[in-house]
Amino acid sequence: MPEIRVTPLGAGQDVGRSCILVSIAGKNVMLDCGMHMGFNDDRRFPDFSYITQNGRLTDFLDCVIISHFHLDHCGALPYFSEMVGYDGPIYMTHPTQAICPILLEDYRKIAVDKKGEANFFTSQMIKDCMKKVVAVHLHQTVQVDDELEIKAYYAGHVLGAAMFQIKVGSESVVYTGDYNMTPDRHLGAAWIDKCRPNLLITESTYATTIRDSKRCRERDFLKKVHETVERGGKVLIPVFALGRAQELCILLETFWERMNLKVPIYFSTGLTEKANHYYKLFITWTNQKIRKTFVQRNMFEFKHIKAFDRAFADNPGPMVVFATPGMLHAGQSLQIFRKWAGNEKNMVIMPGYCVQGTVGHKILSGQRKLEMEGRQVLEVKMQVEYMSFSAHADAKGIMQLVGQAEPESVLLVHGEAKKMGFLRQKIEQELRVSCYMPANGETVTLPTSPSIPVGISLGLLKREMAQGLLPEAKKPRLLHGTLIMKDSNFRLVSSEQALKELGLAEHQLRFTCRVHLQDTRKEQEMALRVYSHLKSTLKDHCVQHLPDGSVTVESILIQAAAHSEDPGAKVLLVSWTYQDEELGSFLTALLKKGLPQTP
Amino acid sequence: MAAHLKKRVYEEFTKVVQQQEEIATKKLRLTKPSKSAALHVDLCKAASPADALQYLLQFARKPVEAESVEGVVRILLEHYYKENDPSVRLKIASLLGLLSKTAGFSPDCIIDDAINILQNEKSHQVLAQLLDTLLAIGTKLAENQAIQTRLVEVACKHLTDTSHGVRNKCLQLLGNLGSLEKNVTKDAEGLTARDVQKIIGDYFSDQDPRVRTAAIKAMLQLHERGLKLHQTVYNQACKLLSDDYEQVRSAAVQLIWVVSQLYPESIVPIPSSNEEIRLVDDAFGKICHMVSDGSWVVRVQAAKLLGSMEQVSSHFLEQTLDKKLMSDLRRKRTAHERAKELYSSGEFSSGRKWGDDAPKEEIDTGAVNLIQSGACGAFVHGLEDEMYEVRIAAVEALCMLAQSSPSFAEKCLDFLVDMFNDEIEEVRLQSIHTMRKISNNITLREDQLDTVLAVLEDSSRDIREALHELLCCTNVSTKEGIHLALVELLKNLTKYPTDKDSIWKCLKFLGSRHPTLVLPLVPELLSTHPFFDTAEPDMDDPAYIAVLVLIFNAAKTCPTMPALFSDHTFRHYAYLRDSLSHLVPALRLPGRKLVSSAVSPNITPHEDPSQQFLQQSLERVYSLQHLDPQGAQELLEFTIRDLQRLGELQSELAGIADFSATYLRCQLLLIKALQEKLWNVAAPLYLKQSDLASAAAKQIMEETYKMEFMYSGVENKQVVIIHHMRLQAKALQLIVTARTTRGVDPLFGMCEKFLQEVDFFQRCFIADLPQLQDSFVDKLLDLMPRLMASKPAEVVKILQTMLRQSAFLHLPLPEQIHKASATIIEPAGESDNPLRFTSGLVVALDVDATLEHVQDPQSTVKVQILYPDGQAQMIHPKPADFRNPGLGRHRLITQVYLSHTAWTEPCQVEVRLLLAYNSNARIPKSSWIEGGEVSPQVETSIEGAIPFSKPVKVYIMPKPARR
Repeated sequence: MPEIRVTPLGAGQDVGRSCILVSIAGKNVMLDCGMHMGFNDDRRFPDFSYITQNGRLTDFLDCVIISHFHLDHCGALPYFSEMVGYDGPIYMTHPTQAICPILLEDYRKIAVDKKGEANFFTSQMIKDCMKKVVAVHLHQTVQVDDELEIKAYYAGHVLGAAMFQIKVGSESVVYTGDYNMTPDRHLGAAWIDKCRPNLLITESTYATTIRDSKRCRERDFLKKVHETVERGGKVLIPVFALGRAQELCILLETFWERMNLKVPIYFSTGLTEKANHYYKLFITWTNQKIRKTFVQRNMFEFKHIKAFDRAFADNPGPMVVFATPGMLHAGQSLQIFRKWAGNEKNMVIMPGYCVQGTVGHKILSGQRKLEMEGRQVLEVKMQVEYMSFSAHADAKGIMQLVGQAEPESVLLVHGEAKKMGFLRQKIEQELRVSCYMPANGETVTLPTSPSIPVGISLGLLKREMAQGLLPEAKKPRLLHGTLIMKDSNFRLVSSEQALKELGLAEHQLRFTCRVHLQDTRKEQEMALRVYSHLKSTLKDHCVQHLPDGSVTVESILIQAAAHSEDPGAKVLLVSWTYQDEELGSFLTALLKKGLPQTP
Repeated sequence: MAAHLKKRVYEEFTKVVQQQEEIATKKLRLTKPSKSAALHVDLCKAASPADALQYLLQFARKPVEAESVEGVVRILLEHYYKENDPSVRLKIASLLGLLSKTAGFSPDCIIDDAINILQNEKSHQVLAQLLDTLLAIGTKLAENQAIQTRLVEVACKHLTDTSHGVRNKCLQLLGNLGSLEKNVTKDAEGLTARDVQKIIGDYFSDQDPRVRTAAIKAMLQLHERGLKLHQTVYNQACKLLSDDYEQVRSAAVQLIWVVSQLYPESIVPIPSSNEEIRLVDDAFGKICHMVSDGSWVVRVQAAKLLGSMEQVSSHFLEQTLDKKLMSDLRRKRTAHERAKELYSSGEFSSGRKWGDDAPKEEIDTGAVNLIQSGACGAFVHGLEDEMYEVRIAAVEALCMLAQSSPSFAEKCLDFLVDMFNDEIEEVRLQSIHTMRKISNNITLREDQLDTVLAVLEDSSRDIREALHELLCCTNVSTKEGIHLALVELLKNLTKYPTDKDSIWKCLKFLGSRHPTLVLPLVPELLSTHPFFDTAEPDMDDPAYIAVLVLIFNAAKTCPTMPALFSDHTFRHYAYLRDSLSHLVPALRLPGRKLVSSAVSPNITPHEDPSQQFLQQSLERVYSLQHLDPQGAQELLEFTIRDLQRLGELQSELAGIADFSATYLRCQLLLIKALQEKLWNVAAPLYLKQSDLASAAAKQIMEETYKMEFMYSGVENKQVVIIHHMRLQAKALQLIVTARTTRGVDPLFGMCEKFLQEVDFFQRCFIADLPQLQDSFVDKLLDLMPRLMASKPAEVVKILQTMLRQSAFLHLPLPEQIHKASATIIEPAGESDNPLRFTSGLVVALDVDATLEHVQDPQSTVKVQILYPDGQAQMIHPKPADFRNPGLGRHRLITQVYLSHTAWTEPCQVEVRLLLAYNSNARIPKSSWIEGGEVSPQVETSIEGAIPFSKPVKVYIMPKPARR
């Protein structure tokens, strides 16, 4: 029995460390290879020993697919390929390929340089790992080997995020990665065609949320920023370098442009400039507005947003500053925050979620006095705002995508177990599609019934088509032919051709059947009655009465003879070739019922 | 080939000669045999199919006259039978279709042949083309019932073809020709009483998506032709909504919409439950569902159609704006709801706490329905769509639905306001316009007003002006709202001083709509103090004027307000009433005489007197035929003067008065020219006087062009008269030239041309000739044979007498006629500072003008620049530079590039607008011409331009380039 097996090594009923193993028709594919933000020990990387205890992974995996550049989807890649050992192809989109090493390098620096970890992957390993990457275009079908093919679809979420369809023969799996069904200021919405996969593996971060229109959020954000700078206050927006930061930049940039504002906007340097560079290059991956206007002006060539210098923080007058990191736990954003916190005219806007224990979390939960290192107490007089800009599909979006792709079954990953449960129930109820939510290490096995393609010769097809009157698209049709199985391919040909190909002589096969009828009349008369009876019942067929007293229906011969023993009975000899089996058996059945009594 | 070419050349040559000497009708007869014969020769000579194809292609470039069509068709058919190559047959088939469309040719004679060849044809492509030809024939012979049924038979027979192209065409044929009334077909023959709908419906499940689409299109075609579709179609179409192919879904959405309009009230069951709902509601739900389709083409289609479903029940309608929010399985209120609550609780929006939007109540997991059955949130999705085309369509649909349902209008307000922040300007503009359209039904809450006003800072002028217009007709609920609006508008004014006029106008309406809300604000706005005198504000400050405009307009309906004014306010009132009378109304001020007397010229209850006056004066003039010339002239002069004055007084009659005055002026000029005493003097002596006559002729020509092209609403009857007048002017010109030039040779050409023009006139207006009884042209046509034969001198003589004798034609007045006019707002022409630029480089000059009653300004309006050296430059503005703010009104905002060589000192250039015209525009074209050679016209098109705005002077100074 052919089947598809799915085992999440990470992201099963969990967020982070996405890594899912899929075996489909004998091919093994690994989807994403991420790290977990919550752990600093071995648990941060997926357990690759599940795949094999010893020996290289290359022998067990046909390919690895990375959906986008977030570390929880690609963070373990150098460890996996260089330290554990994998030499096969790694597939990702071009923007992901470009931005991924920057983030990996940054991650490495923090882990090694700041936290002083040993036995971590090196810069060289990142480089070597990236050499194994094969970049794919959207909607490009890539043949991994003779049977396995993959295809990328647009997923929104971040620049270069893609959903992947993995296909072997007629069996297929779609993995969504992270995606967003509502467009934002710089990216479009995820889209997939009606590809009807056997299995759809979808993220479910917001399985229990239906979000408000993004316009309100945007408007609120802009209004708050605008009001503050008009009052002469300074606005601090702590962000992570990639993804949301670009969206907020575009949002503010266009707003400044529209409203003709002159207040300076700064962006703390570092990562961002490199990343912005790639955003400029990959215009085709952005949304309609940016794609349409980039001929006049590339939206990522910011006019109003300039690089930030440490000294600017003390400048008088209003300004807006984007600074990293996003949770105010260290670095530039924290420095600026300490400088500005005392003035009630200023404002800090937290655009994302903050982990417990960070300064960001403290101020969001309303704490007004913060203890800093060295027993200093920082009084926060500035306004604190929270504005959520998230790029995951909400429950409705997930349902919409499932509806678009029309899969046979759905598998949920990348979400919390409780929330998944709700969504699973909804999917089964409303879409009537079976739904799975395996935990890490748990294997889901899906039986499939793959369709086997059979080639048919055109001549045969046309001949058989011509027999039908009206084309009925959905109705199955009976077709006569010979199935030849040779070298693991199947062909349907006409019987003559089959004989010719196999070098066999044709044997005539005739069935003969005797039908006993109680009748005293002469054979001739009998034949005539049979003739008139058949003529009246079989209107579509050619019924003939031959001069020698026999009756033919198409190629079926019927002869009447006297019964050798019972003079009151007659015997009808019915004879047909095997091609006419259907008609022949129908006729015998008909004749067995007896002839109608003629008046 | 060479021989053939030679022959063709020879033919062409003879044709030209014919044209010059014979009248047009004869020419046609001559070309007829040559056309088909040449084709025949060509085709016989063709060695290979490729050659034959080339000949046919060449042949197709030239028009064929109606008389020779049949001959050509016969030859084509003959070759068709012989031809083995399918591509040639295909071309022949397409030519047959093209030929059968020729006006004046009745294709029933070729229908038998066409059907005949159809039966023997094997190639699918040729079959499809032949069916197309039959379609052309069938549409031409729409009245002939027998042929229609026969064609339908043919189509049904080929429906089983294996090629999708053939099936497509068959369905198209069925859609276009399928019989409409059953009773007709029934008594015709039992066989043909086929149910076309049933047949087409069967192909909804064809295996080829193209055929499915064609089937739906055919069904829609049937509907368009007036056949009532069965309700069963609805269920079939619903199944197609989940088709794999977008064109099928798109067409299916249309079909569902059509059926829902046909049977809005019938009841359909909801699957998987016992409930039943109205069909229109069900259809609405289904189309709403398509707003989140995978293909944006379908989404646009669906969003557009939603707007026109007005019979939908209100609770369904309101669902489209509803999207139940939740967060972690707890119900969450939308930002809109929160804003509303904050507003109603009287608190000012805090919105500054994290978790302000924290979800409250728990949701029962079973009750949440993630896949909305029906309309839920369709517009929420549509307005958030990725493609701006969808968003615009959704905004338009919102607008249409809101116009028909006030309660819906109230609800969709929040969403529209949100759209003011869209990233694409077009969408923002569209939503502002939409809001304006539904503004009668709504009152803005303060928080909504706040968002609306925030857009006033937009850097796009269009957006700001649209917003001003929106504010003109908005209802504001509180005095704080008014104050807010005023403050924001003043802010806008300081930021963009060019918006002055628009802002004043906006405040005028804002004031007159909300007098009671303005009243409590007056002391604050005028900064008056109960005890102290305050400083008198600067009268030239646009912001102060803006405040005054608001207050004065409010005071018009609020008699207690002037009591709050201080002395200088009254003085300023008097000043503004004079200087900006269109913005400041007349007020009843206490203790003063009413500044403007109670005459309100705009409100005349009966406009009949002036209308009557106009009619009477025109009647008087038209009865003048037999007056003595002197009296006639005087009468004309008086009437023209009267009409002009009337036009100035009565703006609604201005167009008509001007139009008739122009016509009368032409007539006057003509009479004057003919009254010249010295007509009979010998030629040499006559030279001096001829100036007047020829100038008159020229002026009449100009005036007639103005009449024809500068007025909107001119109908064919008027055009005839205008052309007739022009013909008279041409005759006059001819006579004058004949008298002043010596020698006969140039005269020959002129006479010839004139006669051709007469001929052309006759051909163009053959239908209107009866109404020209007794006129110049009437007489002229009577004498045409004689004129043809006679010498120029004689012609001139005849013309002269006829001009004198001809009657004055009555100009029937059209219902609605408006004169095109334009005003250049910018450049204002007041600046003393020259625009300096380096010679050889260009300077951009912003031009802003309003155009009234110009039809199709994109192609007709030009900007002209006149330099002091007499050099003129004509600029065609881009089509995108024209905006259409209202019916009959256009706005041109464009940039004009100037350049010149260096000048020693600044000088003025003139900028004005021109209305270009093309006299060919009114002449019907034959359908055959496919962009190839145009058949030789007698009158070549006359193109020209009429200036229709006052010129504005711009001071410029090109400096010499520095080395």
